[in-house]
Amino acid sequence: MLWIAWKMLIGNRAKYLGIVFGVAFAALLIAQQSSIFCGLMALTVSQILDVEGAGVWVMDPKVRYVDDVKPMADTHLYRVRGVPGVDWAVRLYKGIARARLESGSYEQVILLGLDDATFIGAPLTMIDGSIDDLRSPDAVIMDVVGYRKLWPDEPFKRGRIIEMNDRRAVIVGLAKARKTFQSFPVVYTRYSQAVRFAPPERKVLSFVLAEPLPGIAPEELATRIGAQTGLQALSRDAFLSKTIRYYLLNTGIPINFGITVGLGFLVGTAIAGQTFYLFIVENLRQFGALKAMGTSNGTILLMVLAQALHVGLVGLGVGIGLAALFGWATRSLSKLSFYMPWQVLVITGVAVFLIVLLASLLSIRRVFVVDPAIVFRG
Amino acid sequence: MPSSAPRSPAVEVRGVTRDFGSGDAVARALRGVDLDIPHGELLMLVGPSGCGKTTLVSIIAGTLQPTAGEVKVLGEDLVSMAPAARVRFRRANVGFIFQSFNLLPALTAVENAAVPLIIGGWSRRRALPAAAVLLERLGLGSRLTNLPNELSGGQQQRVAIARALVHEPRLLICDEPTSALDAENGRITMELISGIAVQPERVVIVVTHDQRVYPYADRIATMEDGQIVSIEARRSGEVGAPTQHA
Ligand SMILES: Nc1ncnc2c1ncn2[C@@H]1O[C@H](COP(=O)(O)OP(=O)(O)O)[C@@H](O)[C@H]1O
Ligand SMILES: [Mg+2]
Repeated sequence: MLWIAWKMLIGNRAKYLGIVFGVAFAALLIAQQSSIFCGLMALTVSQILDVEGAGVWVMDPKVRYVDDVKPMADTHLYRVRGVPGVDWAVRLYKGIARARLESGSYEQVILLGLDDATFIGAPLTMIDGSIDDLRSPDAVIMDVVGYRKLWPDEPFKRGRIIEMNDRRAVIVGLAKARKTFQSFPVVYTRYSQAVRFAPPERKVLSFVLAEPLPGIAPEELATRIGAQTGLQALSRDAFLSKTIRYYLLNTGIPINFGITVGLGFLVGTAIAGQTFYLFIVENLRQFGALKAMGTSNGTILLMVLAQALHVGLVGLGVGIGLAALFGWATRSLSKLSFYMPWQVLVITGVAVFLIVLLASLLSIRRVFVVDPAIVFRG
Repeated sequence: MPSSAPRSPAVEVRGVTRDFGSGDAVARALRGVDLDIPHGELLMLVGPSGCGKTTLVSIIAGTLQPTAGEVKVLGEDLVSMAPAARVRFRRANVGFIFQSFNLLPALTAVENAAVPLIIGGWSRRRALPAAAVLLERLGLGSRLTNLPNELSGGQQQRVAIARALVHEPRLLICDEPTSALDAENGRITMELISGIAVQPERVVIVVTHDQRVYPYADRIATMEDGQIVSIEARRSGEVGAPTQHA
């Protein structure tokens, strides 16, 4: 009987494509918007993700997310190093600086000061130059997208000078960095240098990056550091979640995207539901004939659900495929961030499943009440 | 009627009425119908449009419930039967031929003819060859894989005949089977129904107002305004014997 249901469904090519289109449209909208949303959320934590190798981030207790830097006294570094279970701990400066270009214009940049000895938090991929070039006086490395933004259409010029806090900085290399939420250029330098580029402040230490001894979990070490120093210590994962949660709860981003995703759901339900409903109503006579010939309502229900499931799966595949294609096609647009983790697929799948379930429940009633005697009417 | 076989009729209808609508708008489609049909008979039901023929055969087929009265078909009481049991009853015992064919447009001829077997739980591998054999007997051997819209009206009705008979039902209901067809196809259709469908154990009811097909009937029941007003025997000889000529 499922075979008959399938034949009925694809037998009417135009209707079939209409229903699949509706479902695919909804899936596309939901998957694409969720992916852009995830991309945005990934932006908010890009600077945590860019720091590899340190399992624990230590910061002022009032810090709410990674860009919410609250400077601490430098002595906290030694207090963290004194906590049992710490393998190593280094300083990280993170702040916003105003860079003056040769042209005289000012640009905001994200300034990262890396531990002078280890360069923990340094970019993993250099496009030009080497990370060791940072050891030379006044040296900074800029992220490549930022460089192209400040000097579009100009090839990289090693030794180019910018000024921060009235101090000379020499760009000695280009590196790859993840896109940031503010989309300012990222400038890397030594910690000792960064504090001079930064606006003068009494306290300058932004974060202490720590790594536990082998056998100790980052979460465990974070708890210990917190207890012993009174600072806020978070495992990398916990800091990621804390930052994302902050943006979720304190910005309009989730609502904006929630509205679009909800709209996609509604539009998809409307289109798919309506075409599916019309498909069922148009086939009432056929269902009536099957009922007259002894098909039970239970079997009819199975047939309709199978038809709905079929268009759901095909529409889901097409929609997700189109969304992925969209992400791929826009991958080079630096303004858009598109990130499609498996959770997006699950969410879209569940939404599509609900859409086709709703559509079939709306129409199944018509089939249930259809009088098999309908087939006698001319 | 063969006097040597004193068995109860295959179809027994007693005092059946059927109303449509309610309150002031109630319309009485049947007003007390009594009808017995023995096994093996081809009964024709004739009468003006709107007199209740379709309503009566729907009730006998178990697709419609009477408002009052008794309906026994093949020994089963259709009125007191649970709805699910009535569905099973139709599946096992009833074949339908409709004026408007009611073939599934997305299925080929042989697939359409196999539908009752599939509803009955047969696999496609068994059902399709069985349906093909019957279609060949009906002269459609070369049309097995055509869709209904690729067939003429007469061919579609032959597919419908195959579908009505493929599961060998003991009750065949034909509602105006020839009225959508031209004279020649109508004649062929009635030849097939009376030649292949009529069996000693099967009751065939043909609703018609096509006088040209009257000669195929064993008896003709005439309805008027929701009642059977006369029953007339047409063919002499053994009831249920296959008809060889018109
Ligand atoms: N489902 C229905 N709802 C309302 N009235 C109906 C319905 N079916 C039949 N009728 C009425 O019952 C009467 C008998 O109809 P029907 O049995 O179809 O007649 P026939 O088949 O002899 O033309 C007609 O007046 C028709 O309008
Ligand atoms: Mg009628």
